[in-house]
Amino acid sequence: MRVHAAVYARGLHRHSTYRAALVAGALTNSVFGAINAMVLLAVFAARPRISGYDAGDAVTQVFVGQALIAVTLIVNTAPSLDLAERVRTGDVATDLLRPVSLLGWWLAQDLGRATFTFFFRGVPTFCVGLLLFDVVLPGGPVHAVLVLASFALAAVVGFALRYLYSLSGFWLLDTRGLWTVAGLVGPVVSGMLLPLALFPSVLADVLRLLPWASMVQIPAEILLGKDTLPGGSVFGALLLQAAWAAALLALGAWATGRATRKVVIQGG
Amino acid sequence: MADTLSPENPEAPEAPRTSNPLRAAGRALRTYVLLAWTWCRAVAQYPMALSLFTFGLALSSLAEMGAVVVVFGHAGTLAGFTVYEGLLVYALAALAFGTADFLMGSVDRLGDHIRTGSFDTMLVRPVPPLVQLATHQFSPRRLGKLVPALAALVFALVACDIDWTLGRVLMLPVLLVSGAAVCSSVWVLAGCLQFFVADAREAANSVTYGGQALTEYPIAIYGRGLVRSVTFVVPLAFVSWQPALYLLDRPDPTGLPEALRFLGPLVAVVLALAAALVWRFGLRHYRSTGS
Repeated sequence: MRVHAAVYARGLHRHSTYRAALVAGALTNSVFGAINAMVLLAVFAARPRISGYDAGDAVTQVFVGQALIAVTLIVNTAPSLDLAERVRTGDVATDLLRPVSLLGWWLAQDLGRATFTFFFRGVPTFCVGLLLFDVVLPGGPVHAVLVLASFALAAVVGFALRYLYSLSGFWLLDTRGLWTVAGLVGPVVSGMLLPLALFPSVLADVLRLLPWASMVQIPAEILLGKDTLPGGSVFGALLLQAAWAAALLALGAWATGRATRKVVIQGG
Repeated sequence: MADTLSPENPEAPEAPRTSNPLRAAGRALRTYVLLAWTWCRAVAQYPMALSLFTFGLALSSLAEMGAVVVVFGHAGTLAGFTVYEGLLVYALAALAFGTADFLMGSVDRLGDHIRTGSFDTMLVRPVPPLVQLATHQFSPRRLGKLVPALAALVFALVACDIDWTLGRVLMLPVLLVSGAAVCSSVWVLAGCLQFFVADAREAANSVTYGGQALTEYPIAIYGRGLVRSVTFVVPLAFVSWQPALYLLDRPDPTGLPEALRFLGPLVAVVLALAAALVWRFGLRHYRSTGS
């Protein structure tokens, strides 16, 4: 556990080096947030209520999505976990020699990265939303803690999916195509492109149950306190997120076992 | 061609300058096609990855179109545009940006090339560095964006109630080319930013991809202030908004003069010249990061 804490701290520290990229990233997220928000405001000006959403809800979801982009890395079409490249080049052999599990090592490191980018890129982006639009804030300290817990689970789900994409390199050799499809389809089915509430309700209900929704739609609905949440309450929704996090991590651990039995590293 | 060598070694004797600028442009174009084809053959070595890439891009274009349809489906009309007219605006924007991405998309990697030093390698080769930069990792997968956009445009042009006069028929290709030229110029200008701020790639994306997101909808929905700034400051209004107003024969709902819709080609030429000047300026002020 101490190793993981140290790796987590390293991940946090490592990403504090790229300050200019952080500012540029927050700027980009804010610009996209503002554009999406203005389109949705125009829609809600024509029709004030769509499937329980009003203009404020839609704008809030846009900025939750933009604030979590750098945390979950859901829109990245290039490999966004260094592990992917290490599988391709064979450097993963070094990782496998370590006396800690591959999954735990990368989870700790990626959560360090996620924590840092959330506070220094996600929060500023969300603040821009607060300044420019009527973005909804949590109703009290308890609600705020639940929202933060939901964001943290979103980060774990985001990691678990990217870990699986990376591991697929043991079988596919070139995973870039898979990453591209994931980075392009993810934003659509997660509620990033448009709130799922705007989709036909049957489709929206199915998408809400998939892991991608746990990275944008579910956290946004928890912040908004919607009754469309799976299970009908905040706790049901958090449970769904936790279940996806656990299931995907378990799948990751299983796949790691399969991959390490298969891998042959050349040289010596 | 002489410019290629001079920033690297200003004392070197002038290389024989091609007297005819048209011939120089022709040669640059030929090199562009040759290098692009080389990269195409390289990526074709991984057919599985290439087809997944292309398929993914096509899928995301379809999703964006779906989003436009959903948005218009809920709102009925936006800025007086129906769903088909909205699709026309989307298709004009997607086609212009798709073309720019196809031809110039790699320019936004300038910062990476500067950081790793591979830009220095480009400078010593006898090919214009902009051509090398634009063709670097050129990939036919970008057709995955262009083809759906073209299909959407054809569909929207048929579905919309357009009064096809001879003028409109002749103007359509001109408007498409100038839209693509405006976008390509914006792409190069945003890329040049990385001569001065190496980490600016993401900020540049907010202009390039942000510009695409902005012009995919009738821009009147963003309000007068924004319409004026994307008309007169960063002229993205000439990518999809003004052409759509012209094709549909609409008065401008934000009250700008109707003559603006004919200025697209002129704006494209001016912006392309500005991009060329800024590129040249950046190149002259470029200093290698060293070994």
